[in-house]
Amino acid sequence: MPDTTSTESYSGSAHLRIRLLKNRLTRYAVAAGGMGVIVAILLIFIYLLYIVAPLAKSPSMQAVAEYPVPSDSPVLYLAMEEQAEIGVLFSQDGGVRFFATADGNVIEDIRLPIPEGVKVVSFSAARPKSGVVALGLDNGQALVVQHRYRVSFPGDQRLITPSLEYPLGREPIEIAPNGAALSKIAIQEEDSFTLVGWTDDSLLTVVRAEKQESLLEEGTFEFERSSGYTDMQDLLALLIDPVQRNLFVLSRDGRLGWFDISDLSSGARLLEQLSVVPPGVKIQDAELLASGASIMIATDAGTISQWFTVRDETGARHLQKIRDFELSEPTTQLVSEFSRKGFLTADRDGTVAIFHATAHQKLIETDIADSAIVHLAIGPRADALLALDAQNRMHFWHIENEHPEISWKSLWSKVWYEGYDEPAYIWQSSAANNDFEPKFSLTPLTFGTLKAAFYAMLVAIPLAILGAIFTAYFMAPRMRQSVKPTIEIMEALPTVILGFLAGLWLAPLIESHLPGLFTLLLVTPLAVLVAAWIWSHLPAAVHRWIPDGWEAALLVPVLLATGALSFGLSPMVELWLFDGNMPGWLKQELGIDFDQRNSLVIGIAMGFAVIPTIFSIAEDAIFSVPRHLTNGSLALGATTWQTLVRVVLLTASPGIFSAVMMGVGRAVGETMIVLMATGNTPIMDLNIFEGMRTLSANIAVEMPESEVGSTHYRVLFLAALVLFILTFLFNTGAELIRQRLRNKYSSL
Amino acid sequence: MSANLRSWFKSGTPWIWLNAAAVATSLIMVVGLLVLIAINGLAHFWPAAVWQMEYRAEDGQVSRLVGEIRSSEEISAERLRGAGVDLDPAAGEVITRYLFKTGNRDISGSDFRWIIGPSILDRSQPEPVVVLERLEWGNFYGYLESVQEDGETVAEAPAAWDELQPRLQRVQAIREQIQDLEKGEISSINYRIEGLRLERRKLELRGEATPEALAELERRRNLLQEAFVQLREALDERYQAARRDTVTLTVLDNRSVQVPLAQIVRAYRPNEMSVLDKTGFYLAKLWEFVSEDPREANTEGGIFPAIFGTVVMVMLMSVVVTPFGVVAAVYLREYAHQGVVTRLIRIAVNNLAGVPSIVYGVFGLGFFVYFLGGNIDQLFFPEALPAPTFGTPGLLWASLTLALLTVPVVIVATEEGLSRIPRSIREGSLALGATKAETLWRTVLPMASPAMMTGLILAVARAAGEVAPLMLVGVVKLAPSLPIDTNAPFIHLDRKFMHMGFHIYDVGFQSPNVEAARPLVFATALLLVLVIIVLNLAAIGIRNRLRERYRTLEQ
Repeated sequence: MPDTTSTESYSGSAHLRIRLLKNRLTRYAVAAGGMGVIVAILLIFIYLLYIVAPLAKSPSMQAVAEYPVPSDSPVLYLAMEEQAEIGVLFSQDGGVRFFATADGNVIEDIRLPIPEGVKVVSFSAARPKSGVVALGLDNGQALVVQHRYRVSFPGDQRLITPSLEYPLGREPIEIAPNGAALSKIAIQEEDSFTLVGWTDDSLLTVVRAEKQESLLEEGTFEFERSSGYTDMQDLLALLIDPVQRNLFVLSRDGRLGWFDISDLSSGARLLEQLSVVPPGVKIQDAELLASGASIMIATDAGTISQWFTVRDETGARHLQKIRDFELSEPTTQLVSEFSRKGFLTADRDGTVAIFHATAHQKLIETDIADSAIVHLAIGPRADALLALDAQNRMHFWHIENEHPEISWKSLWSKVWYEGYDEPAYIWQSSAANNDFEPKFSLTPLTFGTLKAAFYAMLVAIPLAILGAIFTAYFMAPRMRQSVKPTIEIMEALPTVILGFLAGLWLAPLIESHLPGLFTLLLVTPLAVLVAAWIWSHLPAAVHRWIPDGWEAALLVPVLLATGALSFGLSPMVELWLFDGNMPGWLKQELGIDFDQRNSLVIGIAMGFAVIPTIFSIAEDAIFSVPRHLTNGSLALGATTWQTLVRVVLLTASPGIFSAVMMGVGRAVGETMIVLMATGNTPIMDLNIFEGMRTLSANIAVEMPESEVGSTHYRVLFLAALVLFILTFLFNTGAELIRQRLRNKYSSL
Repeated sequence: MSANLRSWFKSGTPWIWLNAAAVATSLIMVVGLLVLIAINGLAHFWPAAVWQMEYRAEDGQVSRLVGEIRSSEEISAERLRGAGVDLDPAAGEVITRYLFKTGNRDISGSDFRWIIGPSILDRSQPEPVVVLERLEWGNFYGYLESVQEDGETVAEAPAAWDELQPRLQRVQAIREQIQDLEKGEISSINYRIEGLRLERRKLELRGEATPEALAELERRRNLLQEAFVQLREALDERYQAARRDTVTLTVLDNRSVQVPLAQIVRAYRPNEMSVLDKTGFYLAKLWEFVSEDPREANTEGGIFPAIFGTVVMVMLMSVVVTPFGVVAAVYLREYAHQGVVTRLIRIAVNNLAGVPSIVYGVFGLGFFVYFLGGNIDQLFFPEALPAPTFGTPGLLWASLTLALLTVPVVIVATEEGLSRIPRSIREGSLALGATKAETLWRTVLPMASPAMMTGLILAVARAAGEVAPLMLVGVVKLAPSLPIDTNAPFIHLDRKFMHMGFHIYDVGFQSPNVEAARPLVFATALLLVLVIIVLNLAAIGIRNRLRERYRTLEQ
């Protein structure tokens, strides 16, 4: 409506000025309120996007410092503490230096108690969190050292104090019984220690140190040894998994031996031996991924392959190659992240790349140094790296890499997870243990959402649309007046009540009366037709008494009787056809699993929730078909049914379609019913007798427990965004169709 | 006949009947659902008869059971066998199975057991059976033996019942006093002591912690502490008094069990109650349901905090949603030029109405709680950190989230009302020299007020039943205190609260004893459905009256 009062010529008196000012202010305030609606919907969308966006952000690396290596002797090993403020390096001459990562200033310089004249020939680190390392000596002995950091807050300032400890004593312990040089060594620690030594005559020795459970003498260990010759030569690496059960022995020419070292009394048992590279290709480096389940093997052909054990048909485990990562240059260094499934590579040109195994992607590649990188270390939080190049320069970089596990592929495609026998769609966001590989596949959740919506529509569409046709076109006006509000009140029923009834009343009822339900489905149409046939043959007096348009009311007792009969006879039918136990019969005869809270229950309960939405819109569409169209058809001699099918439904079909879309939109987003009436297991199975886990129920279950800003939190926001977009499409589509229909009707 | 049938089918009549069946089915579903909830919800408070049964258990041993029959069902013998029940082949193929509430959970370990019809050898309803409703461990069934005071027996079997009643009333009175003390003065003192702690921390943060200020705080704290000690003594005294009496009952295996009166909520003998007694009992239970706090992990007692929480949340939401919705509707109808902007707004309104409620919950948690709430805490409540004040789900955020969710309802209803006001009324006002704002304030809005009311009522109905978003932004299963109390600032917007819809979800699905909780869930559901239907009917009624009025205006 145009503004007709803001004529300035009247603004003579102060009173009028105030009135006009008020008028103007009101207009601005009201306009702001109107815009507020758009702002609100945009705010929701943008905020969801803002939380989700970091998932898609690629990681970045920034150089922080570069300085000469604080050691004269060749470096054996580099590591950092939790905050990446202090680094440690172990050198060939038995020196250990703690230094500030920011400038390379040495904080503490310690000499290891290595006997005179003995040389360090090999080195190994246990799982990085423990800080335990072992130095192999040329007299067949090994020294076990642990670098630790104590954090204190004197005067509200963080102070990190490094220290060295000797968990197995300051004396080196004997590994190789023949006293030969330990050319390779491996160590693993978790309460007990396992050390594996290799001498160049192919002698493999396993030493286990178990902590003695004694109150008096704390910190004493009992040693157990086993050694034996193997047929492997030219060894590259020995790898022990953190549970100290499996030992992997890799030779440079690509032979991989898998030993069981869980029971040393029977020695190291060879489980499998195989070649992991094509002939002629050499292995450059190998590492275990964070949990120790996967072996990453880098070759001089420029590939890194991931291997883990997989169960075959007989149930036996075998090592299998899972996936390959291609590199532009052969890698010289391979380092795993501490707690995620990521790893870093460095090559001859001084380039460092970050990968993620599960997501199967290279995240970033950066030139760090001008010469080859000989040592690489990553911070425990995967937020910093230390690289030592061939010219003895140390490079300290920051890494920002928050969500490496998310890629388009890991969200929507099949992924081969550790411990699984084949690639699969899996949603499993958390588990009890820390070494857990999160499985964020949204596919089973989306599938569950669509499955639930599908079964709900299967129930709702026929009931709502047929009902709408009858109500709009045949029903007596007086009955329509009360029927329409009744069904529309259904829409206001809280879904938590529907969910509660579905889960606690309907699901057990259906389970115990399954045959009754199917009888009902079969018998109801027949009963209705028989009732109709009888009604049409009743004397005219009865018809006069109850005119056309009240059929629905007449059918109520018929339907009630059919229902009561079907359910009452259910045990007999079950006895007669299904050996008295239909769920059991389904399982035995057809191999169909039966859950009590299944899609059938969801279909009925959510169908119930969706019926009023579809009914109301479809009824409006049919009811507002212009009268002259139907009258014309009837005048030309068509029956009412023909008029309905050929004229009314055809004209109203866009409206009915829009009603169905609104219904789907509601079914997709419904939370409480699916939360309460399904088992909430994320399975991908169309079986009507099994449940599902939907996007919405998943959010409701997991959101309160997820840590703010974590990958899990953002993926849940992504699920909400997916729901938002899905329903946005359905609703906007339905609205546009309805607007066009309205224009069409008004032009008719 | 067949030609007749064919022509009947050709006429389309059967299809019309099938369509009618669809409507009839929908109607049966709606009405059936309401009836189901009503029957289950209302029946819960009626004192059920207590049965004594001679029951032959599976191992062949005959034992006596006392309890209520909760439900019964017909089940095929095959299924029972499948479930591992050893059945007599002579028992028939379809068997009646009862869910029997045996109570005495502290003795037998469980409240309920399934018993099958053929194994019941004998059943009766003995009149002297006493049911004790206890504060913990559920109901107790047994025969009254004696009443003790300080361990001394004061009344034996037949007279014990009459002795019990006045003593129960005494204990109840003491219990009320205890509750008043704990919920009133003691919690108020605790609240004030916590306030002092925060004040001290605030001074420290600002660097104003002078020794004088600290001494003053310490002095006030000591005063409160003294008062607290006194109250504590009074409380202990009452606890002592409540422990005075006990009652001894015989359970069926002829064991005597002592129950302290302090544990008993009420004692009754359902089998000898008259219909009038039962009605009185029923009304008392009903009143308890709407006015008391829940007990036993929400499976017994009342739902008052949930009702209160729902009402407060809905009222707060109304304060936000009404102006926002009305202003938006006024803009759409009265101010905006119909064009791209209004089309966009309409699409936005439609989508606000269609976005799944859980998405609002996610948004509310992220934006309101973590973003807004977190920043408010940094700015205004640094003394409480790291414990969040507004940076955690609570009443305010729940209300705002639901306001956003229900805004389309208010807009649509108000717009409809505005569109029904005849144009001539506006033009008349403008012609008399009123500005547009004045026309709006003095004529249009007052006339549209019933429509706004309709919108608000529908919004309230929607908010009262919504659960999914609330689970994320502020509802808890058991709130320690109500969001409104006598401690300044009286309305605690940061508190978590209880909600009827969430109560249904929580008790029905998260409770360890679902079978015991089920009747209460039905009762809660009934109350919620009633509220929502009444609100909806009211809205429909107002809307219809409004339509009538404008029809006469236009003529």
